[in-house]
Amino acid sequence: MKAKTHRLEVALETILESVDLAENIVTRVSEAAGFGEEDIHKIGMAVREGVVNAYNYGNQQDRRKKIFLTIEFDPERMAVHVLDEGAGFDEADVPDCLAEENLLRTSGRGLFLMRAFMDEFCVRRGPAGGAELVMVKNLPKEASGNGTGPAT
Amino acid sequence: MALRGTCREVGDVAVIDFSGKITLGEGSAVVRKMVRELVEAGRKKILLDLSDVDYIDSSGIGEMVAAYTAVRSANGELKLVHLTRRVHDILQITRLFTVFDVQADEASAMRSFRNAT
Repeated sequence: MKAKTHRLEVALETILESVDLAENIVTRVSEAAGFGEEDIHKIGMAVREGVVNAYNYGNQQDRRKKIFLTIEFDPERMAVHVLDEGAGFDEADVPDCLAEENLLRTSGRGLFLMRAFMDEFCVRRGPAGGAELVMVKNLPKEASGNGTGPAT
Repeated sequence: MALRGTCREVGDVAVIDFSGKITLGEGSAVVRKMVRELVEAGRKKILLDLSDVDYIDSSGIGEMVAAYTAVRSANGELKLVHLTRRVHDILQITRLFTVFDVQADEASAMRSFRNAT
């Protein structure tokens, strides 16, 4: 029998407080899903960076727009989607923050950190436009079988 | 936890002890304000003690880079000491270890400043 996938959807306001709120939500869901402390930290930070990206660059701090956070998990993995209502962007257009000439830039490291902290990461166009950041963390094998309870 | 910073003097070095998270918003603003005030006061040797900072996001990293370049532009030196593991790891994966002068302890940090007194 296929394991049940739990799903949580939250529409966040485009305000600074949503960044902490999203991180807190995903941290609690990660605990329920059975992740260890270090993975929980990484997932929380990746989602934080995703929501910062939506707040600053996607929605450009426009309070009339929303940030849609979707979390899905089953005994094997957790997927987080962060969708904004902006113009969208192409990953290829984002400068490499590790390049020598970019090391002293004061921004542009968010996507890199999401990619570094998660097992899978991609950017795609949302159903109604905007950028949808999709990030996946696999549960360690020993944790599989735990965390099948509801997220809340 | 909101970021707090307290400034103290060790010889001619201004040491800021930070405690909390350096993240988008208030945390980054605290770093910016405190370092800027020191630069504007003409301080050339600034040491940031991060022993109580266990969380820094990309905005916080950006603020640290801005602080570094502001001090350098004023012909000063900015160094870091007592990094927690997580801050250490973030600086390592972002290659900023190659930019910042990171010292293991305060005594060696003091000795490493130019014309240390």
